[in-house]
Amino acid sequence: MDEKPILSAKDLELKFTLRGKVMTALRGISLDVYKGESLAIVGESGSGKSVFTKTFMGLTDANGAITGGELRYKDQDLLALKSEAQWRKIRGKEIAMVMQDPMTSLNPLKTVGWQIQEAVELHQGLKGKTAHAAAVEALRDVGIDDPERRFGQYPHEFSGGMRQRVVIAIAVACKPQVLICDEPTTALDVTIQAQILGLIKELQKKYKLTTIYITHDLGVVANVADRIAVMYAGDIVEIGKCEEVFYDPKHPYTWALLSSLPQLGVKGEPLYAIEGTPPNLFVEIRGDAFAPRNPKALNIDFVERPPFFEVSPTHKARTWLLDPRAPKVEAPERIRHLKEEGVSLRVQ
Amino acid sequence: MAKYIGKRLLRSLLTLLIIITIVFSLLRLMPIEGYFENFEKLSAAQINVGLRQLGLKDPLPVQMLNFWKGVFKGDWGVSHKYAVGRPVLDIIADKVPVSLRMGLISLGFALLLGLPLGILMARSTRTRFKIGDKLGTVFVVIIEGIPAAIYHLLIQFYGSKLPGGFEMFFHADKPVTWILPIFSLALGNIAYYAMWLRRYMVDENNKDYVRLARAKGVSGGKIFSAHVFRNAIVPLAQFIPTSIILTLMGSLYVESLYSIPGMGGLLVQAIQRQDNTLVQALVLIYAAISILGLLVGDLFMALLDPRIALGKKEGDR
Repeated sequence: MDEKPILSAKDLELKFTLRGKVMTALRGISLDVYKGESLAIVGESGSGKSVFTKTFMGLTDANGAITGGELRYKDQDLLALKSEAQWRKIRGKEIAMVMQDPMTSLNPLKTVGWQIQEAVELHQGLKGKTAHAAAVEALRDVGIDDPERRFGQYPHEFSGGMRQRVVIAIAVACKPQVLICDEPTTALDVTIQAQILGLIKELQKKYKLTTIYITHDLGVVANVADRIAVMYAGDIVEIGKCEEVFYDPKHPYTWALLSSLPQLGVKGEPLYAIEGTPPNLFVEIRGDAFAPRNPKALNIDFVERPPFFEVSPTHKARTWLLDPRAPKVEAPERIRHLKEEGVSLRVQ
Repeated sequence: MAKYIGKRLLRSLLTLLIIITIVFSLLRLMPIEGYFENFEKLSAAQINVGLRQLGLKDPLPVQMLNFWKGVFKGDWGVSHKYAVGRPVLDIIADKVPVSLRMGLISLGFALLLGLPLGILMARSTRTRFKIGDKLGTVFVVIIEGIPAAIYHLLIQFYGSKLPGGFEMFFHADKPVTWILPIFSLALGNIAYYAMWLRRYMVDENNKDYVRLARAKGVSGGKIFSAHVFRNAIVPLAQFIPTSIILTLMGSLYVESLYSIPGMGGLLVQAIQRQDNTLVQALVLIYAAISILGLLVGDLFMALLDPRIALGKKEGDR
């Protein structure tokens, strides 16, 4: 992985102004995404996963502004893009997005074909019959039977899973380089989830897509991701290959997250839950953002923000525990043997 | 669809029948003065003869039947008070075109100005200072908040003082005298359409499919025209046919302000003067056009929204 990243954020800081108060949603976050890989960003609600990926497409809400850092796509400086017209060359064409709820992410009054064709005409310069053909092809690509007939149907004539296929067709129809899937299966039935994830994986292979998943479902992660980035309070706290983060986690937050896996629950006992609440992003955070909720936090955790320590060339974590001077703190017992116990994280 | 329309028409007819039966029966309870021009001077015998001639001595069901026969033959009876001896249909036919013309022109203006104003306001909510939206809201609040009678009066009073030949009163042959009443009539509707279109557009604008369209790379202008406006117009569309048909009825207040010989106020006058035949005819017409307006509105909406499948039961696909 020594090639150049396709997408790269460095010390990115993003602030929202809400009723005169300033909230720091991204606190100097850095991430490199490499071509063709599949990366999952996990974290609890409000950790900034969606906000972070929205910056890649210039879709940050009007009251938000990037106040520092760098953001590059290939050789292009994304922060230099000022107008909507410039962003439209990226959106859909280079970076596409699949959103969470297929029930609401399609326009109910337009045929699904029209909505795919709209994207195709925008980015591939096709018109009329050829655009129509490309849209039908896109429907076929995502496994919709009888695409010619389905082309003329409206979203309400599709089931939830089928609609998500249409949303994926829209995203993939323009042959983007990067596909961001913002909780693509959260709103779907468990049985449909696996199908949709399978479809995305298949398309990723076929078109050599780089995919970024946003999710808080670790089962999804295990199923699709090569690498995992764990986010907490607007920053990535640990990143590494799937096995590294699952089987050799280093950050106390990752420990806590894995301990909460319902698979690890013991019958008759309450499931593990992380104490406390996420930090208030309206006030400046000192030290490690997770320290107040970490019963084994070190004194320095409350004073100074830890840097990234490398565990292996592909695995790093932002915790003082990895400092050579730190006392030895072991991962909690219940998650230490995930691998040996063969705890199944995969969606069946 | 055809089956549904047929069913709806039949049901409308039934509704109409019920309405007119009730009105017809109620009117039979009215004093019989309403059937005679100079009731006080008539003897009991003369009144009796008169009533018999009008068929009012027949049993109620027979009267009812005769009335319906007349309605379908185009004989709706004659006025006894308002314009003695004139068929009521003639009276109405004289007045309808005046009201209709004024009403349609003003409605046209209202749509032409109100819808763009609504779009402007909705688009302005996406800008930094929302100036367009704030100014528009001031206008809407003033027009919707102040009783119409007040601004109608002000428009007439100050408008007629403007240079350009505006007058306090309406003359059918002087088009310039139409401007003030049409403006008055349109003003409320402009605010109404702007307010609702803005509201529906802002609603649509916050929906996920608009976000997806942005993520697709669709330009802001195209999102507004192809997605947001197109979808926001649906709930408004239902009322447009009714608004068009209702212009037939004219406006009571504006028409009396400018002495416009239209439909507005005809019903009030007919009731005040107990002109029973005229009341009957007007109620029948008003009921019919209200029902028709709703029917056309529903069909119009079904035309615009593919999710509305008329005539199908829940769960049919």
